[in-house]
Amino acid sequence: MSINTRPILEIRDLSAGVDGKPILKGINLAIGLGEVHAIMGPNGSGKSTLAAVLAGREGYDVTAGQVLYAGGDLLEMDPEERAREGLFLAFQYPVEIPGVNSTYFLKAALNEVRKHKGLPELDALEFLTLVKDRMKVLELNEDLLRRSVNEGFSGGEKKRNEIFQMAVLEPRLAVLDETDSGLDIDALKVVSNGVNKLRRPDNAQLVITHYQRLLNYIVPDFVHVLVDGRIVRTGDKALALALEEKGYDWITREEALVA
Amino acid sequence: MSTATETIEGLVQKEYKYGFYTDIEADAAPPGLNEDIVRLISAKKNEPAFMLEWRLKAYRHWKGLKEPTWPHLHHPPIDYQNAVYYSAPKKKGEGPKSLEEVDPKLLETYEKLGIPLKERERLAGVAVDAVFDSVSVGTTFKEKLSEKGILFCSFTEAVEQYPELVQKYLGSVVPYTDNYFAALNAAVFSDGSFCYIPKGVRCPMELSTYFRINAANTGQFERTLIIADEGAYVSYLEGCTAPMRDEHQLHAAVVELVALEGAQIKYSTVQNWYPGDEQGRGGIYNFVTKRGLCKGRNSKISWTQVETGSAITWKYPSCILQGDNSIGEFYSVALTNNYQQADTGTKMVHIGKNTRSTIVSKGISAGHGQNSYRGLVKIQKGAANARNFSQCDSLLLGSLCGAHTFPYIEVKNTTARVEHEASTSKIGEDQIFYCNQRGLSTQDAVNMIVNGFCKEVFRELPMEFAVEAQKLLGVSLEGSVG
Repeated sequence: MSINTRPILEIRDLSAGVDGKPILKGINLAIGLGEVHAIMGPNGSGKSTLAAVLAGREGYDVTAGQVLYAGGDLLEMDPEERAREGLFLAFQYPVEIPGVNSTYFLKAALNEVRKHKGLPELDALEFLTLVKDRMKVLELNEDLLRRSVNEGFSGGEKKRNEIFQMAVLEPRLAVLDETDSGLDIDALKVVSNGVNKLRRPDNAQLVITHYQRLLNYIVPDFVHVLVDGRIVRTGDKALALALEEKGYDWITREEALVA
Repeated sequence: MSTATETIEGLVQKEYKYGFYTDIEADAAPPGLNEDIVRLISAKKNEPAFMLEWRLKAYRHWKGLKEPTWPHLHHPPIDYQNAVYYSAPKKKGEGPKSLEEVDPKLLETYEKLGIPLKERERLAGVAVDAVFDSVSVGTTFKEKLSEKGILFCSFTEAVEQYPELVQKYLGSVVPYTDNYFAALNAAVFSDGSFCYIPKGVRCPMELSTYFRINAANTGQFERTLIIADEGAYVSYLEGCTAPMRDEHQLHAAVVELVALEGAQIKYSTVQNWYPGDEQGRGGIYNFVTKRGLCKGRNSKISWTQVETGSAITWKYPSCILQGDNSIGEFYSVALTNNYQQADTGTKMVHIGKNTRSTIVSKGISAGHGQNSYRGLVKIQKGAANARNFSQCDSLLLGSLCGAHTFPYIEVKNTTARVEHEASTSKIGEDQIFYCNQRGLSTQDAVNMIVNGFCKEVFRELPMEFAVEAQKLLGVSLEGSVG
């Protein structure tokens, strides 16, 4: 593992909540390039809140701590700046945008990222070549490109489309928020396979999930267990398997004993 | 999740691009309206007696009418005696014989507006008739059109040269008794466009009229008459702008379309009259009567409108489906921002057998804008197997605006099928965040979402117009998100 390189993401003592209700209560986490981290936790533990705060969603108040991304202050950046800087969120519930063509949408997104990097924008032809290449990775039907963004997509198609967008945008840090939810086993394999192919030494992945089964396919370097807004345990894949076997109760009980 | 509405409300502010005023000498009538003014207008135009009589009848009828109060619109009373009913750019000497003789300042104005008034063959192939205040200033491509027997000229010229056609069709679709504003227009209209497509001719280019109100306190009352003879086809574009002024200006136009057997008329409008400022000061009061008559069998009339301007829009482009198997279509995008109000929609009157109509209306409200769809679908007794499909969607940006829908359906034939779908949605914070997360700014996200919302209408517009309409929406929405 790339212990010596500076982490791409460093979360320090982060606390955040919604409408005055605390949800995250002092998160510490460092993710290095080339690493895959998994965050597991029971419902309501704050997993999706963490994803939302990282992406800069409105309505979440950060009450303490800081987040460094690629050396900069992430929390100071607008959501679109974070995206252009290579932070990608695969949504748990991808949003439908009626009437907006998928290809058009994705081309606009990619060109924002390219502009930000000082690269020339891709024209329609160059873009299409790129897109067709990346579609193969996700085994997606080309017909999807002609449809409106996520409109009328099945649950599985929406999730695959998220990973497809990730394949095109090539983020430095991808946060996958419960990407496995609502997927049958075949779709889960395709999606995981896609994510694995996108793994590179110069990027990182943060996989948020409730179930261990996703981690059979996306093998993490680190597993963190989030309970009631805190990371209560960190380990490797074995920790995920133990959780699968014993349930989250096991950790909560042990936590209670320690306290 | 609190600030998205505030953000959206910030997005709509952008100055009106066409707010310049051309300093040009005008030949204007004194303010006010009486029989003498009507006579003066008719005399200025050297009109034949039938025109003057018609105008006077219209004026007398108008005097007995009251301004309609049923629209969902609020404005201070209009003082009809304070408006100027005739204003023409002063002619140098005799009057222009050709475009070369048109006042160069006028031509400059049209340059600024981006209208290729000068005949340039390579330019998009759009023939333009431009109406400045009340008078038509030049029609391009006249020769090329006349080769095909197409008549396309100012209304004044049509009255002079083709009085029999004018007399036959003028008021045949919108009689002066139709409504308050139609009566007013009939009494005082000073110019407009006239178009006749002969039997079996497919008009080889888009025909276009550009309307501009320049002089202060001037009402613009133009009249458009388009006749497509048997089997003819024409696509007609209409655009409008006006300078920025603090006071309201009145625009009451009438458009009449006649489609004979097998004829098709496609009429597209991008209305960008000055909408008033953020406080609701100034802007055009736009009271327009547009109606098409599908007179012959298998005829078709299609209205497409993009309404982004005007302080007040009152407009219901309609189709009378008289001929059997005739088709009427109405595609509309109406955007109201700041304090703009729109009460717009259509009427589809099914008279003939197997007549079909489609209505797609997209209303977008932002700021304090109030947007109403008002539509009538009427199936008369003899209209066996008539079909209508209506879809009215409203999109709200922010929490201070309003969307209203007033559908009226009257069915007198049991074989008819009428469908009505309606939806109201807000631009979701989720949608904007999703776009943000992919690197798009909030402004770009709103534009993209709004354009997506309007897509079914935009694809009905001719290409160049569709591009213009998209840009216009972008400009009109700028500042509605912060």
